[in-house]
Amino acid sequence: MTDAGSPLHTLTLTQIADGLSRGDFSSREVTRACLDRIAAHDPALNAFITVTADEALAAADAADAKRAGGDTGVMLGLPMAHKDIFCTRGVKTSCGSRMLDDFVAPYDATVVERLAGAGIVMLGKTNMDEFAMGSSNESSFYGPVRNPWDRERSPGGSSGGSSAAVAARLVPAATGTDTGGSIRQPAALTGTVGLKPTYGRVSRYGMIAFASSLDQAGVITRSVADAALLLGVMAGFDERDSTSIEQPVPDYAAGLGESIDGLKVGIVRQHFDAGLDAGCAGAVREALAVLESRGATLTEVDLPNLDLSVPTYYVVAPAECSSNLSRFDGVRFGHRAEDPADLFDLYCRSRAEGFGAEVKRRIMTGTYVLSAGYYDAYYLKAQQVRQLISDDFRQAFEHVDLIAGPTSPTPAFRLGDKTDDPVTMYLNDIYTIGANLAGLPGLSVPCGLVDGLPVGLHLVGPHFAEQSLLRCGHQYQLETDWHRRCPNDYR
Amino acid sequence: MLARLRIADDEVADTVDKLTRIVEFVDRLSQAATGDVVPMAHPLNASQRLRPDLVTEPDRRDELQQNAPAVSDGLYLVPRVIE
Repeated sequence: MTDAGSPLHTLTLTQIADGLSRGDFSSREVTRACLDRIAAHDPALNAFITVTADEALAAADAADAKRAGGDTGVMLGLPMAHKDIFCTRGVKTSCGSRMLDDFVAPYDATVVERLAGAGIVMLGKTNMDEFAMGSSNESSFYGPVRNPWDRERSPGGSSGGSSAAVAARLVPAATGTDTGGSIRQPAALTGTVGLKPTYGRVSRYGMIAFASSLDQAGVITRSVADAALLLGVMAGFDERDSTSIEQPVPDYAAGLGESIDGLKVGIVRQHFDAGLDAGCAGAVREALAVLESRGATLTEVDLPNLDLSVPTYYVVAPAECSSNLSRFDGVRFGHRAEDPADLFDLYCRSRAEGFGAEVKRRIMTGTYVLSAGYYDAYYLKAQQVRQLISDDFRQAFEHVDLIAGPTSPTPAFRLGDKTDDPVTMYLNDIYTIGANLAGLPGLSVPCGLVDGLPVGLHLVGPHFAEQSLLRCGHQYQLETDWHRRCPNDYR
Repeated sequence: MLARLRIADDEVADTVDKLTRIVEFVDRLSQAATGDVVPMAHPLNASQRLRPDLVTEPDRRDELQQNAPAVSDGLYLVPRVIE
């Protein structure tokens, strides 16, 4: 128990950092508390693929020893989990796939390495849609993750293990990755904070590739301040990622307290069309009113090509995925079919057995849109529309500092509800995909409950505008307590 | 064939149905007026960074082959390719 009497698992990352620096408790105690929570609650949630209890306690002891030796690092001894898409040296890294069920990563992803270097204690690896392809966590080889707000519902995806683990107070924070909304949508559906930085802001090295021009690493946390803290460590140039951007990393946490008085916030006309659930629309409008009450000015803007963003994505992302996943051939690593008749049979059966249905669909779609005779009509066309979508944002940001709207069209849906029709599932990401296509940073912040299910407010800014997104999100959280709401069974 | 995926007979109908829906969905792009818009190659319009052509990676063959399904004497084993 802390001074304030709160159990350790209820603390945010920032609160844990404060408690550790005051000596209220040790990293071992808080790590132990998280491991106990995982042991008690994860069987019903399925948020973890691997729990690294022994390694975590050893890392916590090392952090406590360093602190005793005078190290005052802010991150020292803070526990968190990593999405199982990040390579972790010596620890199984499955990417939610049978293909990598027995793959032990021979190196650490840059994200993992930087966080560990700052003193973060890794608790384990979280469940996810297979190869991050999904919006519900139902495509995982390890079974669906359940939403702590209603275990019959999806926690979103693909970073659904991370979002469920944070929402249920099993861990204070977890990494995620976002190719079309895979951090922000699960954050919205579980009442957590999800941050997808600008493309190239955080290194992709050691993050198993899905669609390389869209993938970006980020975090799921309980508060915006925690997301700012983690981004400061994760962001920055990495020569091992050829698309990493060489640009200084600001002190994200320092600017949070600044007022948003005069901040120009764009409201997208098309966001409030018929596709948006009425309850979600109401919650988002109330959130916008809160921003206005803190001095922001609201202006209507247009994103005329918004409805083309999902079809564009479902050409570009599968195209890149079909290329990236060609490395899984049953030869050097990954699943291998037994008794292959010849090399061709080895490839075809290893891949047929190792990949699930959604991954196969995307590989086939990608191969099709890149094939001779269809390339111009699909792939080239999609890259042109992507330019138009990006131009729409550029024009909007000539008038506003950031754009605010819903993260997801509905609250969490029931498991199994959208698995029959892939297109229905794809349309979940209508509000988030544009930021990936244009490489923009996005933040989802809890902004209400509809029938007991969380709703997310989505903020998108120009390239490298993480500071204004985080400041706006933090100022919103000073005024509201949606981010402190906890599902009943997990207090 | 290009995708190197074997689809079992009992999966064909469902695969065809779902892929057809996906292709019909992305066909909406054909209505977009793109004219001579330059296709977007990179979200930040950055070009690929180059590095000096130097050897930077150490040899970790034994370690990396621990994940391989079948190896012998440091080589990956595959079915005979040339009869």
